[in-house]
Amino acid sequence: MTPIQLNWALAGTIVMLLTAVTVIGQLLARQPQLGLNPAAVNAFNARLRAWWIICCLLSVAFLSPGVTILLFGLISFWALREFITLTPTRQGDHRALFWVFFLFTPLHYILVWMNLYDSYSVLIPVYGFLFIPLRIAIAGDTKRFLERVAKIQSGLLVCVYCLGFAPALLDLEYGEYADRSRLLFFLVLMSLVSEGLQFIGDRLYGRNVISANINGTKTWEGMLGGAASTALVGMTYHMAFKPFNELWHTALVSMVIAVMGFAGSMTMSAIKRDRGVRDFGTLVEGHGGVLDRIDAICFAAPVFYHVAKHLLVP
Amino acid sequence: MITETILTTTARLLSGASVRWVDSQPDTCQRVYFANHTSHLDVILVWSALPHDVRKLTRPAAAKDYWGKGRIRPYIAKVYNAMLIDRKEIKVHQSPVDIMIREIGRTYSVIIFPEGGRSSGETVGSFKSGLYYLAKKRPDLELIPVYIDNMNRILPRGEFLPVPLLSSVTFGPPMWLEAGETKVEFLARAREAVMNLRAREKDS
Repeated sequence: MTPIQLNWALAGTIVMLLTAVTVIGQLLARQPQLGLNPAAVNAFNARLRAWWIICCLLSVAFLSPGVTILLFGLISFWALREFITLTPTRQGDHRALFWVFFLFTPLHYILVWMNLYDSYSVLIPVYGFLFIPLRIAIAGDTKRFLERVAKIQSGLLVCVYCLGFAPALLDLEYGEYADRSRLLFFLVLMSLVSEGLQFIGDRLYGRNVISANINGTKTWEGMLGGAASTALVGMTYHMAFKPFNELWHTALVSMVIAVMGFAGSMTMSAIKRDRGVRDFGTLVEGHGGVLDRIDAICFAAPVFYHVAKHLLVP
Repeated sequence: MITETILTTTARLLSGASVRWVDSQPDTCQRVYFANHTSHLDVILVWSALPHDVRKLTRPAAAKDYWGKGRIRPYIAKVYNAMLIDRKEIKVHQSPVDIMIREIGRTYSVIIFPEGGRSSGETVGSFKSGLYYLAKKRPDLELIPVYIDNMNRILPRGEFLPVPLLSSVTFGPPMWLEAGETKVEFLARAREAVMNLRAREKDS
């Protein structure tokens, strides 16, 4: 099959799988006699709706790299809004925040679009991270200075810098454009799959909670089981679409995505617990914010990018 | 109409406002919306938060010395059907309350900011007496407390460039001037109503 046909096959498979899972979710929600926790079923169905939205939005990746980068830029922008809204800042941070939102965020994505890896890989973690404390210092408010700097830096790092590596996959020197867009799909798909499998693993087999203070539902069983079963799903994916040359490469990368996704939701949970909230935003009432849905992808994207680069590009 | 849509959408996107009605519902009956005031965008924000049919019947009271200046601001004020109130020169029978009562007639609702000016947003300032006289002269008006959260971080006092954080607008239950209630008691109670919405916002 040509790369384009493979993309169509992938899109068809995803739609079929999502439909199947949606039907199961709806059936479970209507069968109270099964004795399942209704809150868990509802949480799962809400997550499923988010997956539909993510997959529909991401389908633009098959069509145009420019629009995809713009889409990720907008998602970063919105996630950063949620992040900064939740972390207290002072009036002295205002000008620094202005530049973070209107200079560093767009500039990072423009550099990604221009495929200037040498520039965008240092723009935020070097120049941005030097600029932010300087601008706050000029504003003259010293109260909890380092803490405020760190908050803005973490937000920028997670929401913009890390997520930017997902659309950067479209610029890798590998295959045709259709192949690279499928690589981006692989990343997003595997992080959603691992999220779902870890969720199921936690609910069914969870015994040893990793950190009760941070998240009472995340367990070692769910994490390890989720990573192992994600590797199996990755191997199934490999049979049809062959994202990497070797089967064990795909399995390993799937596992890395699962572990990094776990790391992302754990870290973001810590911030949320500290601020005493359940979700980052209320874009859709009761469904959490954008950042609640993409935290796993944010952490997995840079690692996946670099692993893929080393495995694929000779 | 088109300008209205563009302005409303821009205001909503910029402020990322989520709108909540607590123990009250949007209604086209005559009302006084009174809100805390931390930024120039507050007027637009509250107005944009109302549903379209209510919005058409609601007029914000805006300070003439700010919204009357230049070319763009009076134009925006016109789109919003704002009544420009002179804070500086107050004449007999031309007090802000008289003008408001005349302008709203028997149809319109009004949005006011009883703190008189913008506060830092850390707390809600004490209320000016206008709200009391409005309630006394027109006891039929429903008084709706409104709390605007986070606008002081989006566009603080003294800054001209906004930072696009997410804000929220909360509408509270209607209240009226009670029989025999003094001005001080009433204004404290009204301020308390806004503060309660604030406490609710911080808890959630």
